[in-house]
Amino acid sequence: MTRLEVDNLWVKFPTRNGIFDAVRGISFSLGEERLGIVGESGSGKSMTGRAILRLIRPPGQVTANHITLDGQNLMKLSEREMRQVRGRRISMIMQDPKFSLNPVMTVGRQMMEAYATSGRGSKALARDKAMEMLDAVAIRDPLRVFNAYPHELSGGMGQRIMIAMMLIPDPDILIADEPTSALDVSVQMQVLDIMDKLVRDRGMGLIFISHDLNLVSSFCDRVLIMYAGRIVEACAADKLHEATHPYTRGLLKSLPQLDEPRRRLEVLSRDPAWAESESVSGIT
Amino acid sequence: MSHISIDNLSVWFDINEGRVDAVKNVSLRVNQGESFGLVGESGSGKSTILRAIVGLTPTWSGAMAVAGEELGRKRNRAFYKKVQMVFQDPYASLHPRQSVDQVLGETLKLHGAGDVDERIEKLLADVGLGPAFRFRYPHQLSGGQRQRVAIARALAPEPEILLLDEPTSALDVSVQAEILNLLSDLRHEHNLTYVMVSHDLAVVSHMCEKIAVMQLGEIVEVMTVEEMREMKPKHPYSRHLLESSLGYKRRTG
Repeated sequence: MTRLEVDNLWVKFPTRNGIFDAVRGISFSLGEERLGIVGESGSGKSMTGRAILRLIRPPGQVTANHITLDGQNLMKLSEREMRQVRGRRISMIMQDPKFSLNPVMTVGRQMMEAYATSGRGSKALARDKAMEMLDAVAIRDPLRVFNAYPHELSGGMGQRIMIAMMLIPDPDILIADEPTSALDVSVQMQVLDIMDKLVRDRGMGLIFISHDLNLVSSFCDRVLIMYAGRIVEACAADKLHEATHPYTRGLLKSLPQLDEPRRRLEVLSRDPAWAESESVSGIT
Repeated sequence: MSHISIDNLSVWFDINEGRVDAVKNVSLRVNQGESFGLVGESGSGKSTILRAIVGLTPTWSGAMAVAGEELGRKRNRAFYKKVQMVFQDPYASLHPRQSVDQVLGETLKLHGAGDVDERIEKLLADVGLGPAFRFRYPHQLSGGQRQRVAIARALAPEPEILLLDEPTSALDVSVQAEILNLLSDLRHEHNLTYVMVSHDLAVVSHMCEKIAVMQLGEIVEVMTVEEMREMKPKHPYSRHLLESSLGYKRRTG
């Protein structure tokens, strides 16, 4: 079942040298699945995530035929109505917890605030819910963490708190922008387990933005590969290693592999035609 | 004889409430021309070992020797002619208001090179940058180009040993491939010894012949790259790291 559909999305920034198109006419859909968006820096993957939540501030411009969430076109909503969507129906986890948590507020207060703005329940309820969520993201001593300030916690804990906070309002869709790239591998696996469980148990839709091809191909169901603001290839995640587009192939070949040693890594030679060709549709 | 030998190295940091033991009783040997990898999670002490070698940690105990010379509290200029370091973040390790020419020129002058002009051009050529890059500032360079400049700076004194602290972790994979190829080429051309720190096991397996796995300040295992590729680590922690690096395994049930 399609929950979110994006049709012909553009993100533009006016610069001194004319308009820069960060995202150039991409279309994709998201069901109750894990959808990976991969690409290198500057490919427009993060901008896509932000544009869905309409978090691109002027002078940046977002245009799209429609961004539909369960039949409702988000492009037509007022800023006020949009605030009802953000957090509650679509949540976003940013890459670095250092910049996303409030440094002068305890973790518990921030989490309770997330609950309060989602407009339900008393303070006591909010507290219970926050503790429950800390427990759900595998934090061993929830009470200590609840009363701690962000600087007293490790990066991995900070990221798990971010996830807990984003999940309090029970969103239908979670956009995770490089949620694990600042984390060590073992914590990374724990965080992925949590998100995986949410997709399976609650039927959440997950957009997983990452530059890590191996991780995306092992974690996601479907992958969109972005290059220069366009989708150059869409494929099933477990078929990523059979990808056909020369850009995807080039990226895969430039990765060192544990199991197959290479004397030299292949260097990607970019074809200007990749940036010019039409975007591939990611709609299923 | 080992090019780098470290015996019972401990490094600690004194902080308000007590002390943090970052490296505990570590011993290792790196032979001339070898590439040695240090892997482990953040906080395992891998970078601290590199910093201890170049004298950036004031509090340490144990014994370290480079090219047969015992290291004391201070490093002299002769040491930095032998050993150079490349840091993780090329955005932070280059002075934003110094052009490439100044960065390389200053290093060359410090090490008493006479023919600075020629040497700068040769260094740039060595790292695959044209002469056009000479008068650029860091903000006019991409991440990969900056890391090339940082490598050129490290090569300026014609060192025997390069200490590489996550040299590609801030770069895109296609740029990473370029830098790793460059480092492999330079190693063969200049017969360099590498000690490379990384959290990426695939990168280390590509670059190094011997790999030490670190956990909580200790080396838990040293293995050859063949042992690593065959997935035959002895220590459970190394196995855990290796398995996690292969990608996500979905829990069933």
